[in-house]
Amino acid sequence: MNNEQKPPTPEASGADSAQPPNNDQRQATASAKPEVTKPPAKKAPVTPTSPTDPAPPEDLEVPSFITALQAAYPNAIEQLSYWVGDWTVIVVPEHLIAVSEFLKDAPDGGFDLCSDVTVSDWPARPKRFDVVYCLYSTQHRYRVRLKVRTDENGAVPSVSDVWPAANWLEREVYDMFGVNITGHPDRRRILMPEEWQGYPQRKDYPLEGPGELLMEGPQDWLRLRNLDAENEGE
Amino acid sequence: MTVEAQRPMFDTNEMVLNMGPQHPSTHGVLRIVLHLDGERVADSDIVIGYLHRGIEKLSENRDWTQIILLTDRMDYVAAASTNLGYCETVEKLMSIEVPRRARYVRTVLNELQRIASHCLWLGTHAMDIGAMTVFLYAFRERELILDLFEEYCGARLTYNSQRIGGLPLDIPPGWDRKVLEFCDIMDSKVGEYETLLTHNRIWLERTRDIGIISGSEAVALGMCGPALRGSGVPRDVRKDEPYAAYDEMDFDVPIGDRGDTYDRYLVRLEEFRQSTRIIRQGIEGLPEGPFIGKVPRLIKPPAGETYHAIESPKGEIGFFIVSDGRSTNPYRFRVRSPSFCNLQALPRLIRGHLVADVVALIGSIDIVLGEVDR
Amino acid sequence: MVDIFVIPLLKIVILLNAILVSVSYMTLLERKVIAWVQSRLGPMRVGPRGVLQPIADALKLMIKEDITPAKADKWVFTLAPMMVLVPALIVFAVIPFGPEVNLFGRLEPLYITDINVGLLYIVSVASLGVYGIILGGWASNSKYPLLASLRASAQLISYEVAVTMTLVSMIVTAGTLSMVGIVEAQRESGLWFLFVQPVAFVLFFIGGLAETNRAPFDMPEAEQELTGGFHTEYSGMRFALFFLAEYANMIVISSVATTLFMGGWLRPFPAVEALGFLDLIPSWIWFISKTFAFLYVFLWIRATLPRYRYDQLMRLGWKVLIPIAIGNVVVSGVVKVLL
Repeated sequence: MNNEQKPPTPEASGADSAQPPNNDQRQATASAKPEVTKPPAKKAPVTPTSPTDPAPPEDLEVPSFITALQAAYPNAIEQLSYWVGDWTVIVVPEHLIAVSEFLKDAPDGGFDLCSDVTVSDWPARPKRFDVVYCLYSTQHRYRVRLKVRTDENGAVPSVSDVWPAANWLEREVYDMFGVNITGHPDRRRILMPEEWQGYPQRKDYPLEGPGELLMEGPQDWLRLRNLDAENEGE
Repeated sequence: MTVEAQRPMFDTNEMVLNMGPQHPSTHGVLRIVLHLDGERVADSDIVIGYLHRGIEKLSENRDWTQIILLTDRMDYVAAASTNLGYCETVEKLMSIEVPRRARYVRTVLNELQRIASHCLWLGTHAMDIGAMTVFLYAFRERELILDLFEEYCGARLTYNSQRIGGLPLDIPPGWDRKVLEFCDIMDSKVGEYETLLTHNRIWLERTRDIGIISGSEAVALGMCGPALRGSGVPRDVRKDEPYAAYDEMDFDVPIGDRGDTYDRYLVRLEEFRQSTRIIRQGIEGLPEGPFIGKVPRLIKPPAGETYHAIESPKGEIGFFIVSDGRSTNPYRFRVRSPSFCNLQALPRLIRGHLVADVVALIGSIDIVLGEVDR
Repeated sequence: MVDIFVIPLLKIVILLNAILVSVSYMTLLERKVIAWVQSRLGPMRVGPRGVLQPIADALKLMIKEDITPAKADKWVFTLAPMMVLVPALIVFAVIPFGPEVNLFGRLEPLYITDINVGLLYIVSVASLGVYGIILGGWASNSKYPLLASLRASAQLISYEVAVTMTLVSMIVTAGTLSMVGIVEAQRESGLWFLFVQPVAFVLFFIGGLAETNRAPFDMPEAEQELTGGFHTEYSGMRFALFFLAEYANMIVISSVATTLFMGGWLRPFPAVEALGFLDLIPSWIWFISKTFAFLYVFLWIRATLPRYRYDQLMRLGWKVLIPIAIGNVVVSGVVKVLL
């Protein structure tokens, strides 16, 4: 699992096997006898296939609002999860609004503060996006997370009617990941420029920038936007 | 629409005014497009992203410990708090126990950071409203704090002052005495700021009843920190979900009642005093012991995700971290920055006010663009 | 001949030079005083402890590139700063720096002239400065300076009313419009008019702050405002003239306040014989010290107070100061008649 390279075998040093092999010699002999000193192939990094959503332990009491939620919307909840003290409720996208309103209005829930809306991208999974809603109840001082699994085109209804705080947070989700958020009052890019193509924080988006073009000068920027002199006519 | 046929005598369109990214009072590169009806703001649109550096995506290629350096640069005014939030989240994920001494020093650093950040807030807010002198006075105190930090971790702005499991260094000898001296100085200086501003007629006229927002509306809009507490909501992560050594500290959380700029100002001014109170308790009760817990050399949290928040000077800063259990980098690193969520409320706050109040309100919600854009 | 032409001309030359040098050194004084209030030092590099800073500033502004906006009205653009500065300077013609003194064997009064409507002259000439501001904004051919100049001139005109009403009450008290006459009236009554008319003094001072666009009434030219004020498009020497005009106005307000309220060139308690030793200090030194004290208070206020929003400023002028000023006139009249 560790990507540690095994050092080249001592036979590679060839004639100088008596002396301790040093890098120069190894490289010298490598250039002399390339067929012997092939370093082992680097293992490809393993892409995690799924997020870890461990089920809650058997003896742990499920909070009352979750049991109430399960009773009210039995087919909305896909899964319950618990990890290091946090409860996560994995919800079907179609029922997201109903669940949100329930949690906000439930007397033992009262989740009025939407702390965060964010996404994890698991590209190896068919439903690659995990949209996470971190909620907090100011009355009961309790946190819970909602999670929705969706793919690139799957519609995720906007919760900005339930929590206006989610407005910009969902804009950022759309901007960075391209999650198809429906019903948002103002769905446009927030951190990237308006006309940007691509969704930067997806796992398949390169860290260095769009495409293979590393921008090293103003001409590159213009070329990227077809604004340079050659493309002026277009 | 018969009126359309004749040209109206006075064409009263809305005027669009752009407070561009470069502006002396927007505290960074923030662009506000104002739709003005005469002098009043009818609507506004906030454009951010000028300082977006992709810290979240960068972190996916960095070591768990290297990310502490990136967290410095988000809220560059309160770097120690951001460091702390991140380290605590990873510690929660790895279930690491932080020794008591480290927790106490972390609390002291967090509170020193709160005073430093509020000094900067006070200086810039007062300067925007015209009281230039308070800027210099507040920065004079901030210099003292920066000197303390420099003695502790060697840097004045980007501290890199926490490690996963505790602290990188123990406090230097004599540092605690200097911190206590600083607390005494700070308490008297807060009295100076109060004399200059709190009962000043002009200050009251510029900040009273400006940007009133009710508690429930503020919570719905996701506001946090002193901006929320000014509206009367008693929400403070230090009290609601204590972290570091806050459960052992005795302090009050100031709450406003009207939700206007003046109340937010009073809340932060009182937080100065409460912070010195906490720092004194932290230093006087500083336990002996190790300054870092049992942390493996190679930090690899088990697979899982968590969200943890602390109270930075601006509000609740939350970290949502996903670890896949296999690599030395996080799988997803997300920062929920308080300035981003507070800034979201700005269009609601400035609606109906004059242009001159926009500047006062930006100062009142206390944003740092590094945190907004990440 | 000599009396009519040479002597006044000489006085004018001396006075103008003195005023212009004072105005430029006011800039240094402001920077120094504000710096000391803010626990820093101010300009320190040019000359010993920064004393030559105004000369460096003047040289810099003189050699700057002369930029005129493209569609600006060239003549008006150049005329506007002059129209602000000149009225501020010619006011000094009637300000009395001292009584008749013995100079080189001649008995010369320490003022250029004493017209018997001195105060009226001051009020009318000072109001001309508003034209310069409006023209400056208009000539820039840009909407933001225009709006800002209209706002600034509206502010000036509003506070002119309050200030003029205050001066009317002073005329009632003193019984004369002549500046020298007012000082003489103070000497005869033995009391500075500051004690006789304290309300007028406060009103005059606040109105003076607003007239000169000084803090806390400096919203039209604050950097934090969206527009840079009516002098946005000006640079180089024209900008310098606007700046000098502002400080010259400050000195005018301070001198007029000194003359009307603080006894002009009189020593404190002019009627009390026991303090006769104070007469060793020449009268013009008394005048200059009092003026300087006023100027210091101007700077002190700028360093300390936040600034008013524009509508609050106008509300203060129209709803607070003018009624009080008019009331003060009425009360002064009644008191004068009864006593």
